[in-house]
Amino acid sequence: MANDDFVVEMRDIVKTFPGVTANDHINFQLHRGEIHSLLGENGAGKTTLMNVLYGMYRPESGEIRVNGKRVLFDSPQDAIAMRIGMIHQHFMLVPAMNVTENVILGLRSNRVVVDEASAEKRIGDLASSYGLKVEPHSFIWQLSVGEQQRVEILKAVYREAHILILDEPTAVLTPNESKDLFRILRKMKDEGKSIVYISHKLEEVMEISDTITVLRNGKLVANVLKKDTSKVELAKMMVGREVVFTLSKPPTKIGQPVLQVSNLSALNDRKMPALRNVSFDVKGGEILGIAGVSGNGQRELADVLTGRRKVTGGRINVCGTDVTDVTPREIVDLNVGFIPEDRVGVGLIMGLPILNNAIIKKYRDFSKGPLLDYRVASDYAKHIVSEYGVKTPNIAYPTRTLSGGNLQKLILARELARDPTLLVASQPTRGLDVGATEEIRAKLLDERARGRGVLLISEDLDEILSLSDRIAVIFQGEIMGIIDAESAKLEDIGLMMAGSKRMGES
Amino acid sequence: MELVVEKRLLPSRRLSIAAPVLSTLAALLISAVPIYLGGVNPLYGYTQLLRGAVGNKLALTETFVIFAPLLLCGIAVALAFTCKFWNIGAEGQLYCGGLIGSLFAVYATSVPSIIAIPVMMILGFLGGAAWAAWPAILKVKLKVDEVVTTLLGNWVMTYAVAAILFGPWKNPVTGWPESPVISDTTNYPILIEGSRFHLGIIIAMLVALAFYVIIRKTKWGFELLGIGGNQTASYAAGINVSRQIILAAIVSGGIAGLAGIGQVAGIEFHMKTDLSPGFGYTGVVIAMVGALSPIGVVLASFLMAVIVQGTQAMHRATGVPWALAETIQGIILLCLLVGLFFTKYRVKLRMR
Repeated sequence: MANDDFVVEMRDIVKTFPGVTANDHINFQLHRGEIHSLLGENGAGKTTLMNVLYGMYRPESGEIRVNGKRVLFDSPQDAIAMRIGMIHQHFMLVPAMNVTENVILGLRSNRVVVDEASAEKRIGDLASSYGLKVEPHSFIWQLSVGEQQRVEILKAVYREAHILILDEPTAVLTPNESKDLFRILRKMKDEGKSIVYISHKLEEVMEISDTITVLRNGKLVANVLKKDTSKVELAKMMVGREVVFTLSKPPTKIGQPVLQVSNLSALNDRKMPALRNVSFDVKGGEILGIAGVSGNGQRELADVLTGRRKVTGGRINVCGTDVTDVTPREIVDLNVGFIPEDRVGVGLIMGLPILNNAIIKKYRDFSKGPLLDYRVASDYAKHIVSEYGVKTPNIAYPTRTLSGGNLQKLILARELARDPTLLVASQPTRGLDVGATEEIRAKLLDERARGRGVLLISEDLDEILSLSDRIAVIFQGEIMGIIDAESAKLEDIGLMMAGSKRMGES
Repeated sequence: MELVVEKRLLPSRRLSIAAPVLSTLAALLISAVPIYLGGVNPLYGYTQLLRGAVGNKLALTETFVIFAPLLLCGIAVALAFTCKFWNIGAEGQLYCGGLIGSLFAVYATSVPSIIAIPVMMILGFLGGAAWAAWPAILKVKLKVDEVVTTLLGNWVMTYAVAAILFGPWKNPVTGWPESPVISDTTNYPILIEGSRFHLGIIIAMLVALAFYVIIRKTKWGFELLGIGGNQTASYAAGINVSRQIILAAIVSGGIAGLAGIGQVAGIEFHMKTDLSPGFGYTGVVIAMVGALSPIGVVLASFLMAVIVQGTQAMHRATGVPWALAETIQGIILLCLLVGLFFTKYRVKLRMR
């Protein structure tokens, strides 16, 4: 039965989680020496399928063959023994150990004595042959995210992986680092290794793949060769309908500044400087995008602007009112809308009804004295829930019954229905499927068209580029420059994101 | 084969009614074993239990006498737990309320009832509130864990009360470690002649009604539910989390304080070192069994009162050891908590 061309063959894989079928009779074949993309929206079942292959999950049914041999993995150890390596979205490295130690950690060969010198030599050889530039003596905590990813890849090739699975590897990289990664992957492919590339980013998939498998809602949609398809066709298969790629961004009348930030500094949770002398403003009718690699002060910026973190210097001004170090209540009352990065932790109360979340910034308007008029409040909640397309049978249901996209739409409904003069949107589409992303971006542009100011903090550069009027790039808590989106060069933004270029306000 | 536990997306409505009933039945079945081993026919034992708790007017009024402090303590705890202020200190707050209220009640001999009773109640409330306020302030300002402070506060307060009653405030007439008798004008009126069914029972029910209104109808209740559900999100939405937690703790302690002064003014007529047999601790169990809901807490308190009153009666009528009565109380509560689990989770057998 087995086809010798396939290094991996998965047939009829079924994997269910409570309430969802993550993989519904999926077939997947990986050829020797190809880069095979697994494309799909969040929750389509891509990572689950690869976790099944990697021995993390045991499927309810279906069979897996590796190199023609039927296998049944109990743990990733078994998969590694079959020369399969997987690089997860979240790296599994020990920060306090150096590169060599991390690479050889857990190997069976170093049971009694660890031969670090020869390991180091082999790591050096492997690194240079694949162009995986890392210093074997460096500690993990000293490395950038891109370098840490290289260590993960080194770990896999050191274990002689012939099959490499990468889960959304570019999510944490700058454009230039992504380019390096692609170069490495091509090199590995030329060496005869087979690579599974999990992604929901169409551009990347079109750039790197030989073959593309598309999943949607846990089902296999298509298996195509890159040369036979197009971005538009892939998007359609992924979402199940036509997708509009170009959002119209008509010119607007730029109004007064609604947010002015000057020389702002703040600390992160570990009491280290997270924001350094940040200054910018947002005017009515414009979207200011804050671009940057994750962890460069974006979270702290959003915290400070919404009254949830103290500043160590500088001032914040909303519509002429000084709001430096005020409580969230005062900022809410100034009609500032906020779409938090952490929807479940900061944005919503998952255990309470949808109703409570819909009115939590508005309930004081529905009260007479100490009493809250739940009848009026329910009418309001029903109204905004339907207006913003939150799909739920009943607003009395617990909020946790909503899907990811609907959770975000609920936040959007709550914030935008109050007609905010300033909207702080932090990673508004992260983790959402293409359909929900499209709707949410259109809503942000609507706000802009209505003369509201939007501060868009996003790690998705495509999003920043397609929505912003001006782009501020943040690196290690500093604004490296604020440039006009019209004339922005991707290369410049990439360099600023990496901290190697500064540009003035254009 | 393996057992899989899954959280239900929505708590099962059918089960939330069936579970307590089935749990109670299961508990009675399990308890039948020790009763039988104790030399009593379980059916006879249970008949005596029911008769002793609700079998006649006097038994029923006595059940209500226990119901009142249990209900107040259950509500006190449930209110605090609603905003995740883990007040384990209702017992100490009960004693503090009883102490402060009786400090007035003992010397209020010339004050008419119409003034004396409300003043005594307010002082009882304030006493309990004060004993809950400091752990709340320590939690909000310094992040001191309130489970520790409220729990240890119980011991501090019960020993403080003992020190006062064994020392300066010993009953001068009898020499017992109890306060002088309180003024007649501060006694809660008896509402059913020939029984101990006193005003405090009605007050407890009114407090239960107020709890319902607070949780279901007021802004404050909305805020407390929000804080309990997700403190960070509530703060980000503009709710003054610290203030509401302190307020909830104060009201919670105050309600426990009402339970304390209720025991003094309705039953004991002295401040005593054994004012409560652990109502404050049972209140925690009642709040959990009642799933923090107003109606649930009322039902759980009544069930608890029936069990306490009924097992005492069974002990007297059949001669089963007193320890057995307490064992049965424990078994029933455990079964109820397990039943509650099944309304939220689903357990499945799965083939591997």
